[in-house]
Amino acid sequence: MKISLFLGCLVPNRYPGIEKATGICLEYLGIDWKELEGASCCPAPGVFRSFDEPTWLALASRNITLSETDERDVLTICNGCYGSLADANLKLKNNSLLKEQTNSHLSQIGRHFDGTIDVRHIIEFLYSEIGVQKIKEKIVRPLDLKVAVHYGCHMLKPSSSRATDSVERPSVFDELVEALGCTSVDYPDKMECCGAGGGVRSALGETALAITEHKLGKIEEAGVDCIVEACPFCHMQFDAGQVSLAGKGREFGIPVIHYSQLLALSLGYSAEAVGIDLNEMDCSDFCNLLGK
Amino acid sequence: MAGTPSIEEVIEDFNVLKCMQCGVCSGSCPSGRQASLNVRRLVRKIGKDHTAISDETLWMCTTCYNCQERCPRGIAIVDAILAVRSIAAHEGLILERHRHVANLLQEHGHAVPIDDTHREKRMQLGLNSLPSTVHSHPDALKDVKRLLASCGFGEITGGEEQ
Repeated sequence: MKISLFLGCLVPNRYPGIEKATGICLEYLGIDWKELEGASCCPAPGVFRSFDEPTWLALASRNITLSETDERDVLTICNGCYGSLADANLKLKNNSLLKEQTNSHLSQIGRHFDGTIDVRHIIEFLYSEIGVQKIKEKIVRPLDLKVAVHYGCHMLKPSSSRATDSVERPSVFDELVEALGCTSVDYPDKMECCGAGGGVRSALGETALAITEHKLGKIEEAGVDCIVEACPFCHMQFDAGQVSLAGKGREFGIPVIHYSQLLALSLGYSAEAVGIDLNEMDCSDFCNLLGK
Repeated sequence: MAGTPSIEEVIEDFNVLKCMQCGVCSGSCPSGRQASLNVRRLVRKIGKDHTAISDETLWMCTTCYNCQERCPRGIAIVDAILAVRSIAAHEGLILERHRHVANLLQEHGHAVPIDDTHREKRMQLGLNSLPSTVHSHPDALKDVKRLLASCGFGEITGGEEQ
């Protein structure tokens, strides 16, 4: 299985610890990987797909064709990038008219969409290509943490264009978290949105934050050590969102960690090595807890 | 504009008129709990007349797809909302913050480009100060800009082409 890692925007440009951690994990697991050089924004599904579908398809297909040239599947580490690239890939594979229109734009830059590769999400990829058992065998430091798993939306939905076990009660992500020694704590509204998607965070920040506060309240009641997600946009919404909410007098203090970072911790790397201390909110208590 | 559906096509393509106004969508909507978005009403507006295009709640949907997954009539609600948004955008109805994000994409190839604080964080982690994306490949950024121009994206969003 050869893959090219699609970085997107938020991972390299806001939460580089996730980029670092992902590289560590892919290397450690012996996966044949390289970064997708010269990639752009996926482009973000909420805003750009809303504006103009032909533009959204053209930019997404350019990213996909870079990986087609390398004969590698695209690996995404963000639900938004996965949503855009997987949906665009499927649409272009299944609709010859859209493919023709998109290829006419791509011809301006000497590229052509062939439809020869797939787009993967790191959770689905690790679960089906590596497997829970093998990951269990690889870890060197089991993590005794109580975790609120947050799937986010576009890893699983729309189910019409995803290979998913269940939209309402999935287990793949929980199994991967528990493989590292953690306990995945159930909580009300676990499958709900973080609030950021669809361009809501960028234009209507207070609405997004109200959704986030509701979800954080449920997680707080569950009593966990941290939130684990697999999307830097959810990561940002929960992390930077807690800073905004603290400014309004609502303190939660729940560290937010991407699955790549959690996996790297279980492989023996320190919290600082994978940038957990570079979150917007103060995670020093959590880093100390791990250091013990 | 090529590629933009009419409201009649949206109604047809996404089965909007099958709606029986049961409200499962609104009951499943995380945004509706917190803000004035009422998906059931928005679907009716899309089916009935053109006012959904200028309805400000159109932009409160986080595209979580709960409503679409649960709709007992199989209406592709989120897909319909995205399509109506694109009609709105083509009529110039774009929120200022969204226009700003569109301009960032056109200038940098990233909706969220790097800044000095995060270059510093990258170097602290032992990564290159710029990622291997268009940020490190000026020719790739030129290609992105050429593609955006080919699609007429700047004319739609009212931003700069180059």
